Amino acid sequence: MDNIIDQALIIWLLPLAAFTIQIFFGKRLPRSGDWVPTVAIFASLILAINVFGQVLSAHDPELKITRSYEWIQIDAFKLGFGILFDNLTAVMLVVVTLVSSLVHLFSIDYMHGDVRYSRYFAFLSLFSFSMLGLVLVDGFFGIYIFWELVGLGSYLLIGHWYEKKSASDAAIKAFITTRIGDIGMFIGILIIFASLGTLNFAEVFQGIGEGKLAGGLLTAAGIGIFFGAIGKSAQFPLHVWLPDAMEGPTPVSALIHAATMVAAGVYLVGRTFLIYTSDALLFIGLIGTITAFIAATIAITQMDIKKVLAYSTISQLGYMIASLGVGGASSGGYSAGLFHLMTHAFFKALLFLASGSVIHAMHHSLHHLHDHDTDPQDMRNMGGLKQKMPITFFAMFVATLAISGVPGLSGFFSKDAILASALEAALTSHNPMHMVIFVTLLLCAGITAFYMFRLIFLTFFGTPRLSKVHTHAHESPLKMTVPLIVLAVLSIVGGYGDWFEELVRKPEMAGALAATGAEHTSEAAHSAHSLAMFFSILAAGIGILLSMMIYYWKKISADDLAMRFKGVHKFLWNKWYFDEMYNATAIAGTLVVSRISAVFDLKIIDGAVNGVAKATVAGSWLSGLTDNRVVDGLVNLVARVIGWFGGTLREIQTGKVQSYILAALGALVLFYVLQMVFA
Amino acid sequence: MTPVGLPHFLILSAALFCLGLLAVITKKNAVTVLMGVELIINAANINFIAFSRYVDNDLDGQMFGVFVIIAAAAGAAVALAIVLNIYQRMKSVNLDEADSLAG
Repeated sequence: MDNIIDQALIIWLLPLAAFTIQIFFGKRLPRSGDWVPTVAIFASLILAINVFGQVLSAHDPELKITRSYEWIQIDAFKLGFGILFDNLTAVMLVVVTLVSSLVHLFSIDYMHGDVRYSRYFAFLSLFSFSMLGLVLVDGFFGIYIFWELVGLGSYLLIGHWYEKKSASDAAIKAFITTRIGDIGMFIGILIIFASLGTLNFAEVFQGIGEGKLAGGLLTAAGIGIFFGAIGKSAQFPLHVWLPDAMEGPTPVSALIHAATMVAAGVYLVGRTFLIYTSDALLFIGLIGTITAFIAATIAITQMDIKKVLAYSTISQLGYMIASLGVGGASSGGYSAGLFHLMTHAFFKALLFLASGSVIHAMHHSLHHLHDHDTDPQDMRNMGGLKQKMPITFFAMFVATLAISGVPGLSGFFSKDAILASALEAALTSHNPMHMVIFVTLLLCAGITAFYMFRLIFLTFFGTPRLSKVHTHAHESPLKMTVPLIVLAVLSIVGGYGDWFEELVRKPEMAGALAATGAEHTSEAAHSAHSLAMFFSILAAGIGILLSMMIYYWKKISADDLAMRFKGVHKFLWNKWYFDEMYNATAIAGTLVVSRISAVFDLKIIDGAVNGVAKATVAGSWLSGLTDNRVVDGLVNLVARVIGWFGGTLREIQTGKVQSYILAALGALVLFYVLQMVFA
Repeated sequence: MTPVGLPHFLILSAALFCLGLLAVITKKNAVTVLMGVELIINAANINFIAFSRYVDNDLDGQMFGVFVIIAAAAGAAVALAIVLNIYQRMKSVNLDEADSLAG
């Protein structure tokens, strides 16, 4: 256990080393160097599993190892930088390296023949390194650095095919949208630093425990920090970037959606849980719930297979955030949210990689037919792929069962825990908002089951809609199916046992304010749990049944429904008009401001600059005149006087020796005469 | 008839000096000018010896005379070498033509 920090450092720095090698020498290495990052991340994975095994066998909920260095010190201003390792870190290390290494493996075949193949792998390494750094650092400052690095990694990978306008737009949108959230986070960090003078987690929590930062200011700081999570974890109202991020390669989507980028926000809230006041937590819970609901309803109507998954990710992230939000008012909300983060990482990575496998097959089939107009990601072009791609189907089906919350799979345990916590909060707290959260989350559970089965039925069942494409589709190669199988197994078994709940416990506030937290009896938690399980299974069952009625047995026509509820369908199809709204408000407003700034720049700033230029030219002319006439005149006068003297005196210098002697003689005679006269 | 004394020698030396100076100033030929210089040197030598006989009555002045003769011989050798060089360069020993130091 003693060298655990060293191992964590190696896990963290291996991808950085791989990135450095790959970005400089990748192209010259054999196989474009794809093996360098892959080997590095697998080595990290093995180490992470080793570390995780040690943590599991130690089974210490209080485990906390830190190592910190003083980084910057200017007079009283101090900034530390260090590693904080606890049970949550151990879990995150495994999740991140696992998903990342499977994505690396999957990418080798998926990205085969890509123009920027080696660069792609370099950025995968950078992305993994940033996320690992994010889960390892011990303070707000460090987390902010890696927060931005994760943003950079996602920008580079989403925009991997930057020749496509939509891809470069999506990359910019992802970057800018998350930056907006980061401003809130930055303000939150500034409030904390201004009040407490430190950014180290432990010291900050201690300061808050001692009541040095409290009340409205603490709530503001908490909500500020949470704004960062809103941006990165694609929560309402900053969720718009995530569906567009589908423009990146599909394995990247898997990485972003499961282990890195979006997990960062949830992790941040979990890590900084102690700074949130009950008001801030309620705000967090409501944002998560709204997000879960909006995204789930949008996912019902989408036809692009990756878009459905994108909205499902947003919805599930909403679950996690909501769960952390009710974590203050319930006993299990905190660990349930993070537990769902882990199980979701497994089945969401699986869903994306499986959809990547489907798209890969569709793409190759269309390529074979020289058809470049049909969209390989549109589910309306799929259907009946079950027999063609049995492994992919099996894997995706397992993931769908898991995400829908079917009993026996990992997703069921975590989702059930979240609903139980929400119900417990609703039953024990006096705030009616908690009941709203629970009911909405329950509704979303049903919707989730519905749209996920819709995806399965449209893609794999029924008669092929494009039979030619269907005939040429075939199962993906081994390097793509192995990650699917690994993730499918994890999606099934990942939720068993209660080790997670025991290891990742809600942190307790140290100090004077510790006693003010809400108290709950385990009995309330227990009864809430049984009740929630019943509701959760019911919701999933109804969702699946409805989905089968429409898309499998075709008792109800989806088109009829769409026609009958035309307004609602159009509203959902257009994603609640969020993009349009932002275009009309924020973006149009920014453009207006930009134009005003441009006019200001052209007329006033440029005018001032030009005025200065003209004044300078006039001044130079005057100065030049003075120089030419006065200064040069003086110099020339001196030269001329000296020249005249020289010219006159040169007459004496005849060069004839005898004349010199005569002059000397004359001078001598003169000297004698003068002496005689004056003496 | 007064015995020969110091003034006689000084007058002789002054006359010799004036003749030498005249030659140096007026003659065009460099060799003649050199001869004038020798006259001037010898005028000085006569003074040395006359003063040594009539003022101090010892041999110091005569020693100086001998040294001056040696120095003058050396000087004449150098001067003649210069004159030869001038001649080689200009094919003439006319001092009026050797005026390349004119300003």
